[in-house]
Amino acid sequence: MDFISILSIFVMACFVGYYVVWSVTPALHTPLMAVTNAISSVIIVGALVASAEAISPVAKYLGLLAVVFAAVNIFGGFAVTERMLAMYKKKERK
Amino acid sequence: MALGAAMNINRPLAFAAAACSALTSVPAFASGGDAAPVSPWVSLAYLVAGVFFILALRGLSSPETSRSGNRFGMIGMAIAVITTLLTHEIANIAEILIAIAIGGVAGFVIARKIKMTDMPQLVAAFHSLVGLAAVLVALAAWLNPEAFGILDANGQILAVSRVEMGLGVAIGAITFSGSVIAFLKLNGNMSGSPIMLPGRHVINLGVLAAILGMIAVYTVSPDGGAGEGWLFLAITVLSFIIGFLLIIPIGGADMPVVVSMLNSYSGWAAAAMGFTLSNTAMIITGALVGSSGAILSYIMCKAMNRSFISVIAGGFGAEASSGGDGAAKVDRPWKRGSAEDAAYMMKQAESVIIVPGYGMAVAQAQHALREMGDLLKKEGVSVKYAIHPVAGRMPGHMNVLLAEANVPYDEVFELEDINSEFSQTDVAFIIGANDVVNPAAKTDKSSPIYGMPVFDVDKAKTVFFIKRSMGGVGYAGVDNDVFYMDQTMMLLADAKKMVEDIVKNLGH
Repeated sequence: MDFISILSIFVMACFVGYYVVWSVTPALHTPLMAVTNAISSVIIVGALVASAEAISPVAKYLGLLAVVFAAVNIFGGFAVTERMLAMYKKKERK
Repeated sequence: MALGAAMNINRPLAFAAAACSALTSVPAFASGGDAAPVSPWVSLAYLVAGVFFILALRGLSSPETSRSGNRFGMIGMAIAVITTLLTHEIANIAEILIAIAIGGVAGFVIARKIKMTDMPQLVAAFHSLVGLAAVLVALAAWLNPEAFGILDANGQILAVSRVEMGLGVAIGAITFSGSVIAFLKLNGNMSGSPIMLPGRHVINLGVLAAILGMIAVYTVSPDGGAGEGWLFLAITVLSFIIGFLLIIPIGGADMPVVVSMLNSYSGWAAAAMGFTLSNTAMIITGALVGSSGAILSYIMCKAMNRSFISVIAGGFGAEASSGGDGAAKVDRPWKRGSAEDAAYMMKQAESVIIVPGYGMAVAQAQHALREMGDLLKKEGVSVKYAIHPVAGRMPGHMNVLLAEANVPYDEVFELEDINSEFSQTDVAFIIGANDVVNPAAKTDKSSPIYGMPVFDVDKAKTVFFIKRSMGGVGYAGVDNDVFYMDQTMMLLADAKKMVEDIVKNLGH
């Protein structure tokens, strides 16, 4: 993909993010941070690419280390979000 | 078109199903060529992953849809990871799976064990890992640009990729070292009070300018091959240093802004690496997370009536607490109440509004507080909770703690939704909050918190104020007129113990 198409996606995604995040209820701002944390670990894609192609051993191990860190975040981030969201309950109607 | 659809989803499930069916055919098409130009199906899979991430955030618009939102996030992540693994020739799949397993187990165990009151530290720690991962990926791309497909015909890294990698490594390193400092401050390993270096503004601006200058020089330098030149490493090191320098002068009360800001940075770092890899999933996610953190920072700043610049410049609370002592020492009469008084008055009341703050989190008083609320409701008292946007150490901190204690979320209200109700309320019950109920923010132009939106607790018929002692002042270091009002009774004790005593008295 050429740079301009990528840039277009980026700019559009910024606008989508702007509107989607404003619609998040303030009560869920902590889960929002936890889940954005988890999804920003999609950087694991870069880490996988780096660790897969072993031309440079140093780069490979840096990549593997990045995979570990990103995995902590992915599993930890989604799990802790799930745990928090499970606690939000409505009033019991009688 | 997919983005447009995601903005206005009435039936996210139907949309997700359609996206899934598109995905199932991806690996078959993608496995054809590795070195050949990327198959459009691969790009589509990453795009779908990006859309799932948008849905994940969209789900958080209400607690009912939030859990399915989180699932969408997980699906998106699975799509991104599996697509990457399937479309690259991977010689060392065992090593990679072990790395994922190590990180996954560690993350999962931490997520299960962490106390809800420690959530701000955890989020700061997670931010630091995103930052560090971004730095490592950028360094790997620098050492092995071929794997990332960013070499030109002469074996040099493309200029545009050098800019992206430079920015990625800089933002990643700032996110890492800044988050480590934020973690240490939130976790109490480091004093929460601002640490002021002389001439810090000059030093910080100088270092930032140097980093940007070095990225520019690196972009045009002839040392553009794999792992060539010292500039890239120098950018990395300087960025670690500036992240550290930027956060140490910022005090504990401004942590909600700092945590949100670092959240934003972790997104921009991911986006920069997404540009390097031409990966839509990373770019969409980076943009989402970047804007999310930026909006949260904005909301926090607005809730304190402070500009983003003044928060970043740091030092809030340092001057006021040293100079404010004299004013606070003026003896003014105040009334001390007891647990019996509070229990009796609240039992007789028609309505009680509880205002929790960071002190409640420190004392772990949320469970006792909910018990108190339940007993009052049994007596026919209307009980509501009022939460200020900056209560606690991160956005939404109090909401999570109350949810943990089984307080239904429809009894919890935001500042603007409940503030008009104080004038018709019998009892305002303040636990662990201070600056957010200080009327000086409305009247005293010389106060450091002037202009900050605050709860009108002074309009309630009776005010109970739980505080450890009369000596201490809020983070802003200013005295609070609410202490000395006729209708105020100070309940001086540890918040949890006091609430437990009130519960005992309500039981009679």
